[in-house]
Amino acid sequence: MSGRIAHLAACTLIFAFLIAPILVIVPLSFNAEPYFTFTEGMLRLDPEAYSLRWYREIASNAQWTRALGNSLLIGAAATVLATVLGTLAALGLASRAMPVRRLALGLLISPMVTPLIISAAGMFFFYSTLGLSQTHLGLILAHAALGTPFVVITVTATLSAFDINLTRAAASLGAGPLRTFRRVQLPLIAPGVLSGALFAFAASFDEVVVVLFMAGEDQRTIPRQMWAGIREQISPAILAVATFLIVFAVLLLLTVEWLRGRAGARAAAG
Amino acid sequence: MDRVNDERALERLAGALRRPPVRAAGLVLPLVAFVGVTFLAPVGTMLVRSVYDPVVADALPDTLAALRQWDGEGAPGEAVYAAAARELLRARDDRTLGRVASRVNRVQGGLRSVLVRSVRRLREVDAGPWRAAFIAIDADWGEARTWHAIRTAGERITARHYLHALDLRRLPDGAVARQPEDRRIYVALLGRTFAVSLAITAFCLLLGYPLAHLIAHAAPRRAALLLALVLVPFWTSLLVRTTSWIVLLQTQGVLNDLFVSLGLIGDDARIAMIYNMTGTMVAMTHVLLPFMVLPLYSVMRTIPPQQMSAAASLGASFPQAFRRVYWPQTLPGVGAGSLLVFILAIGYYITPALVGGQSGQLISNFIAYHMQTSLNWGLASALGAILLGCVAGLYLLYDRLVGIERMRLG
Repeated sequence: MSGRIAHLAACTLIFAFLIAPILVIVPLSFNAEPYFTFTEGMLRLDPEAYSLRWYREIASNAQWTRALGNSLLIGAAATVLATVLGTLAALGLASRAMPVRRLALGLLISPMVTPLIISAAGMFFFYSTLGLSQTHLGLILAHAALGTPFVVITVTATLSAFDINLTRAAASLGAGPLRTFRRVQLPLIAPGVLSGALFAFAASFDEVVVVLFMAGEDQRTIPRQMWAGIREQISPAILAVATFLIVFAVLLLLTVEWLRGRAGARAAAG
Repeated sequence: MDRVNDERALERLAGALRRPPVRAAGLVLPLVAFVGVTFLAPVGTMLVRSVYDPVVADALPDTLAALRQWDGEGAPGEAVYAAAARELLRARDDRTLGRVASRVNRVQGGLRSVLVRSVRRLREVDAGPWRAAFIAIDADWGEARTWHAIRTAGERITARHYLHALDLRRLPDGAVARQPEDRRIYVALLGRTFAVSLAITAFCLLLGYPLAHLIAHAAPRRAALLLALVLVPFWTSLLVRTTSWIVLLQTQGVLNDLFVSLGLIGDDARIAMIYNMTGTMVAMTHVLLPFMVLPLYSVMRTIPPQQMSAAASLGASFPQAFRRVYWPQTLPGVGAGSLLVFILAIGYYITPALVGGQSGQLISNFIAYHMQTSLNWGLASALGAILLGCVAGLYLLYDRLVGIERMRLG
């Protein structure tokens, strides 16, 4: 029994280690003073010690709003590219007839495990020679490449729960491959495709190493701006941005879990 | 006749497209091409850069050709100096002299200024003998080591970046020797990166194992809630999590303030918990812990909890039952989680760069330094290639043991 209590106590501490650092950001972002720590007023819960000044600051700061625009543009475009190409590839990889399947899969997943500094350094050289460094297009292509493994993995996982007899049934009823895909396969794998797309978007939205190497002033994204905030002019405004990103992360998590539930339900029904 | 042939060809093509292997490959091919151009080719050019450097060879072709006749002892012959005078002046006009000088300087420190200064003075020399003119400008031109450096920097295809990355150097006679003690950096750095990654993997396992066990054997609703507590950090921006640790651990931060107000430490004795190796280890363990918990959880969920009670009822103590019954069944999860955490840890850049200070830097940070600050791209590429080799080996191992398509994301 004492072992169980010790286990629970240890787990509580570990959960605190996981969550507390994230939670501590939220109240501090309402700090009325330019400090990164709790002021005495905040601890007394004095309303005077709290303010929205950092939120006002990021809302009125052109650098942050432009960074948000860049992040959304690059993230959305990279996600569309990664999702279309990744879903097609996953459909091919799911076929047992696919030649050199293991090799193809290994190459397609490699952008996810390659250390980002290596990807970023290589892309910096290569994209510069193509004139794509310091352009939005260059970053979109780079982030799409880094996002495809997430789509390939999630869609492959969804397809592995997919009953191949459904496509055979569709074919035997006279549907061509395109029609089978649109009417039978796509609706069933849609939750997997969507969660893959969310992973790809999150990967781009949080990526900073490639951006550090390839972005100019005009392509600065939210993480790049935070990087500058941490390294150069440290201001509690980044805590306000961080709070936004935490809320965003929770929304993403809830969506992906909801999609996972749907995919599971559909696979069970199929 | 031709039309018939065309139609047959079209039919054959349509037939081929109906064949499953062709159709599958056709679906995969667009992504392979895309990843090939946007990712594999860039990484490939970086690998090429680690062995190929044409700048000096292109700028000083005749000098290097003349140097091939040189026996390597003392000063070379007049022909070398004459060619060098012509080509160095041309390099100055082409604005490549700076790049040539910095490459020679990397082989032999101090030669950059010798080269740049000498070329400026060479313009005032109208005619030979060039050897005397060079040596009059700077005595270094009479030394064999200067010409060895130029010859080495002039290798178009070279192993010198790899030698440098392994703390080795080529002696003038061609033998390979270790760098002098004070210039040995990278082998120790590589060792430190491995040791830190191993320690982080061990911490993640130590913290992740009990956590995964709790979640895997909790009632479904509670398990979902607890899993969400692991997944929120997983989805939260890396920069946010790193910022959190700065806020918590810095000397004027939340934890130090707490310790001071509790009277545990004096206000003048605040603990340095960040901008050093401690900061790197704590923040990276936090960032990578979910990657350990998720595979462990997947495996533990499949182990019936009744097994442990059965073992206990047969007389096994808890440690015995754990060691003989539970632990062996979790090994696939332990392997998958540990490998993944280790792979991610050895290539980590952002967290050490932001919270590692001077002492908490890993190999990725040195690659970034040589890419952006020292501009020694050959060395950056060689260090990158060594890191990539390590990761590729671990990736193959992961594929063999776990299967890459089974990687669990969130």
